Amino acid sequence: MEELRPLDDIGEEDLVISMGPQHPSTHGVLRLVLKTRGEVVLQVTPHVGYLHRALEKIAERVNYAQFMPYTDRLDYVAAMNCNLAYARAVEKLLGVEVPPRADFIRVIMAELNRIASHLIFFATYGLDLGSLTPFFYGFREREGILDLFEMASGMRLTYNYIKIGGVWKDLPPGFVDKAYEFLDYFLPRLDEYDRILTDNKIFIGRTAGIGILPADMAIEYGVTGPNLRGAGVAWDIRKDEPYCGYDQFDFEVPVGKGEMGKLGDCWDRYVVRMQEMRESCRLIRQALDRLPDGPTMGRVARVMRPKAGEVYVRSENPRGELGFFLISNGSAKPYRLKIRTGSFTALSVLPEIAKGWMVADVCAIFGSLDVISPEVDR
Amino acid sequence: MKLSEHLLEDNVILTTVDKMFKWARASSLWPLTFGLACCAIEMMAAGASRYDLDRFGAGVFRGSPRQADLLIIAGAVTQKMAERVKRLYDQMPEPKYVIAMGSCALNGGPFNLHSYSVLKGVDLIIPVDVYVPGCPPRPEALLYGLIKLREKIEARAGGEGLRKIGRN
Amino acid sequence: MEGTEIYNLVKEMFTGPVPGFSAELDPCIEVEPVGIREVAAFLKGEDHLAFDALMCLSGVDYGERFGVVYHLFSTAHRHKIVLKVLVGKEDPRLPSLESVWKATAWFEREAFDLYGLIFTGHSDLRRILLPDDWPGHPMRKDYVYPESYHGVPV
Repeated sequence: MEELRPLDDIGEEDLVISMGPQHPSTHGVLRLVLKTRGEVVLQVTPHVGYLHRALEKIAERVNYAQFMPYTDRLDYVAAMNCNLAYARAVEKLLGVEVPPRADFIRVIMAELNRIASHLIFFATYGLDLGSLTPFFYGFREREGILDLFEMASGMRLTYNYIKIGGVWKDLPPGFVDKAYEFLDYFLPRLDEYDRILTDNKIFIGRTAGIGILPADMAIEYGVTGPNLRGAGVAWDIRKDEPYCGYDQFDFEVPVGKGEMGKLGDCWDRYVVRMQEMRESCRLIRQALDRLPDGPTMGRVARVMRPKAGEVYVRSENPRGELGFFLISNGSAKPYRLKIRTGSFTALSVLPEIAKGWMVADVCAIFGSLDVISPEVDR
Repeated sequence: MKLSEHLLEDNVILTTVDKMFKWARASSLWPLTFGLACCAIEMMAAGASRYDLDRFGAGVFRGSPRQADLLIIAGAVTQKMAERVKRLYDQMPEPKYVIAMGSCALNGGPFNLHSYSVLKGVDLIIPVDVYVPGCPPRPEALLYGLIKLREKIEARAGGEGLRKIGRN
Repeated sequence: MEGTEIYNLVKEMFTGPVPGFSAELDPCIEVEPVGIREVAAFLKGEDHLAFDALMCLSGVDYGERFGVVYHLFSTAHRHKIVLKVLVGKEDPRLPSLESVWKATAWFEREAFDLYGLIFTGHSDLRRILLPDDWPGHPMRKDYVYPESYHGVPV
């Protein structure tokens, strides 16, 4: 829908609708106030803070190691990635060396969690648009990944596995074989799921050309991750500022090309995530093939006291860039920990790109941004 | 035996209206889609194919509180959200049941000690029937909580007045 | 470009409000509140610098003063810099950078909500994470948790 004619001649009044905080279509508790004229949305105002749990204040009151379980709950769908981002920030201040085996295990866990997170996106995006099948397929495949995580860490959702200095414990026996089994099983399934949604006429009709986020607007608003790549910008922290040994691996960074509609629409952002799942499978396979031996934890004191300083470290999370701005004053507790999340900036651009579309399109646009409210509210 | 007696034996059940109501209520609890935080993902996983909620009759998640009779508080309730939770609970028609899922709904969970905005338990604002601990609880734990709720519904006389003696 | 080079360029342009530079882990330029908007516009507009992306904006309570720390990044040249502005606690006002990077809009609202920093020139400075009638600004170091809020214990 390229331009919309305002329905002035009919003389309707504007209607203000509150979407949320309890709504089947919101990803966590979030409230969108829509000002509509008929079915067309004139203005979207997000109201956040319904899940503000004061993580930054808690960080100032607990030890560095004690804060690790809270990072799980930050973006619980991609908990391993959040653990990794926080561990890297503290390790930079501590100056501790992470052993290579721990690095490879971290890559495997982070990429497995990226697949799990994108599967949830696939499941809930289909559900938002009215298709129930991807929900069951997505969650079923995710159970396979959660079995692997449970083998390694004991938990299904909030792992607390990647610790400062390495990982908690070495991979249990049988993990590598089971991981290979999962990859062999999952990759052909992904082609099958592509056929459900990606080439589906109804899906394309609802997402192609809708909610266009141009590249310059994305950079201006601080949008990162698959939302930015869907707009055509090839920026991935794993490739451009590599960490954890990502530069040793061979993988592509999928970028939106505007194949179906215009560049930067919902379909582009969706297809970027589907492609990222395939690239993650490649990464995991390479990491499993080349897994070195050795210790899984660096030399870290029991109670960590990093040197005083300020550091900002960012990692590529499935929802964008997760940055930790950490100020240490030499004591055992952080002085200030600011968490900068991808969903916060993605949500801030929603009022711009949802203007002028219809109410049902707002669901499609919002779903394609893959916002999760604990990341927004912390 | 006469034909009519055979028929009566095999095809007719004699019971009380009470028991029938309780059985009907327990077997088709319709939850409200109300996932707040991490436990919501485990609730969705409980509703998905591996741990199926629908085999207990509770798989139909309703969008509106006016059509639901089970409120599963899955996740941390913050001060900003508390008023909305109370309002949703008030909008549900009787008989209604509440399952508090996860440690945050029980007593604030990991945010109990230091957070200024997480409610220290959802039973500060609404009465709760079943508490399911865990952070997050496994889907099997939620299913066990659901079964306990069914036992509670079927055991109580009349099925009404199922109120937890809460802290208020 | 290295941090010191960027600092030298900035110091040449603005002799007044650029007090200091520290080159620790992350090179950081300290800027006076009165000049932050011009410095930011210069950093964004100048071709060799081209800091078009704001990575993060954080409010900090440094004990005696409040600080706002800006982490900037250039997608064209792939270099980063940190700007730091310190304000007094009695009157924590500083210019808003919403006209320079639109990303600051929500970040500044969060800093206002949690610290009470006032960004002059912001289009819509109101609370974002906490309820509108929440007492005080919680991230301040001297914050005392309220006893209860709307009847529910905190």
